[in-house]
Amino acid sequence: MAKNIYEKIWDYHLVHDDEAQGSLLYIDRHFVHEVTSPQAFEGLRLAGRTVRRPELTFATMDHNIPTTDRSRPIADVLSKKQVETLLANCNEFGITCFDMNDRRNGIVHVIGPEQGLTLPGSTIVCGDSHTSTHGALGALAFGIGTSEVEHVLATQTLAQRKSKTMEVRINGKLPLGITAKDIILAIIGKIGTAGGTGYVIEYTGEAIRDLSMEGRMTICNMSIEAGARAGLISPDEKTCEYLRGRPYLPQDQSWEELAARWRSWASDEGCSYDRTVELEAAEIEPQVTWGTSPGMVTGVKGRVPVLAELPDENTRNSAEKALQYMDLPEGAPMESIQLNKIFLGSCTNGRIEDLRAAAKTLKGHKVHPCIEQALVVPGSQQVKHQAEQEGLDQIFKEAGFEWREAGCSMCLGMNPDILNPGDRCASTSNRNFEGRQGKGGRTHLVSPAMAAAAAVKGHFVDIRNWEFNGAE
Amino acid sequence: MQPFTTHTGIVAPLDAMNVDTDQIIPKQFLKRIERTGYGDVLFFDWRYLDDGETPNPGFEMNAPRYEGASILLTRDNFGCGSSREHAPWALTDYGIRVILAPSFADIFYNNCFNNGMLPIRLPSETISQLFDEVRAQEGFTLAVDLPEQTLTKPNGETIAFDIDAFKKACLLNGWDQIGLTLRHAGKIDAYEKAHGLA
Repeated sequence: MAKNIYEKIWDYHLVHDDEAQGSLLYIDRHFVHEVTSPQAFEGLRLAGRTVRRPELTFATMDHNIPTTDRSRPIADVLSKKQVETLLANCNEFGITCFDMNDRRNGIVHVIGPEQGLTLPGSTIVCGDSHTSTHGALGALAFGIGTSEVEHVLATQTLAQRKSKTMEVRINGKLPLGITAKDIILAIIGKIGTAGGTGYVIEYTGEAIRDLSMEGRMTICNMSIEAGARAGLISPDEKTCEYLRGRPYLPQDQSWEELAARWRSWASDEGCSYDRTVELEAAEIEPQVTWGTSPGMVTGVKGRVPVLAELPDENTRNSAEKALQYMDLPEGAPMESIQLNKIFLGSCTNGRIEDLRAAAKTLKGHKVHPCIEQALVVPGSQQVKHQAEQEGLDQIFKEAGFEWREAGCSMCLGMNPDILNPGDRCASTSNRNFEGRQGKGGRTHLVSPAMAAAAAVKGHFVDIRNWEFNGAE
Repeated sequence: MQPFTTHTGIVAPLDAMNVDTDQIIPKQFLKRIERTGYGDVLFFDWRYLDDGETPNPGFEMNAPRYEGASILLTRDNFGCGSSREHAPWALTDYGIRVILAPSFADIFYNNCFNNGMLPIRLPSETISQLFDEVRAQEGFTLAVDLPEQTLTKPNGETIAFDIDAFKKACLLNGWDQIGLTLRHAGKIDAYEKAHGLA
């Protein structure tokens, strides 16, 4: 029988099949970071348990770390303690940790694929909801809570119920200027932030096939914002090429042998899904969020909603509360929204292609005087290094951006990079929740090119009409 | 884990859809390395005024009539966003044992069970009606009976709820999931051997 990729990965990883009590799935790769792991390690110690397969577990510090000079100690006492605790736990249990001074350090979901730790057909978990990112390589990857982190550390398995599957198909070719970020925001706008609850999403269709691996990561990254724990894309030639030569690939087989195995995980022709949703690529506009949930989104040529036009009372109440928090008038054109902060980075859009797209937009331009701070935070030290090799840092700096060290930074503001009350930020991150980037801060989610263009103009503009300087 | 069988408590309303875990506990409180001590910062940005200390009179749960509430009544997609288990830790620490909503986000839903907290899905109409009743009657309580899968109102009316049989058994017995899994240690060994991982 024809199987989809989720069914293939599920079947292969079944340790114990029990639909009634939850099946046990073997976990091939466990990523750990400083925020959601200390209580799990402590739980192991209290129960006298150990880490079953430390060599399958990799740790990084990303949420708390400053993006300024790394040679200085972390000023925040609690952050410092959390980072030191991770290092101590890794040493105690024999886990490899890319600490903040390691060249391989970065956001956990950026470095996994970068190091070749994320492989097609594998099961990957991390105590972080954006673990869905790794699905771009055809892995079944999802976020878990700290109790489950402890469970995986102790047993290398996770008790799971089989999810339903949803195919999200994007038909046709993407119009010029439309990016992976616009696709995923448009999907969330269509199915809602709980539309994927209980499902694993597979993204298919010509527009998805045409995306680079990095674009696919942006798509899968925000599956959780659609309510789906995992989102994945069947591996193809691009997936295999992306992985060629990565440091942590299995050493006992050639790349050709590995690639043949990787491709075999792709969904079979004629497989079925519990639900299919289709979008036409040609209809997707550059997306901008207006509210406090990623589903509160519209095209850049659109307007903030008019409450009376919304379909039901709950939606109206939510929108009203969101507009109050966002301090936006009903019906305002999206292009009229004035900004004072810009954030480029995160596990959603902090990879090299994202920085290239933003730099291409910024080249020969200056950040608008109304923008008080514009930050570029590369997703990893490797991304930062590569961007510097390509001279992108110079373009950013000349335009008036601050060029920072890698980390999660202002996506969630656990480190000192936060919005102040009343700030309005065009952000390439994934969540526009109230206070997410700093208490009282207002977040509008956009693609890197849209954020860069907004930085130059001081308000949102349609990237499809942008005048690129010296673009190749 | 603390077992859950029956519980009677005051119901507090949180009338919002898509309450995300950043609202349940903002990021500045995720830096600690303990599992406890998060109750005071539950719903921090909503619960307190800008000084971070004075209770916000505009936040419904702050009303004296909801003091000591242990059942939270809320709307769709509660617990969406970040996987932080600090969210159920903060709710538990505050004293919440049961959450009633039309729907929950997946990761949060699982995290509740791992902390001995009972999330109950009820139809939207039932939830809306409960909001009306909670607001109309000061001291409105519900008696939650997990073995019977019922909620009983002060007037004796009952509401039945569904729950997965195994999740129910785990809560009733306070089972440790790692302990349950380790009963299958032999199968994990066999899997690793068969897949060249041993």
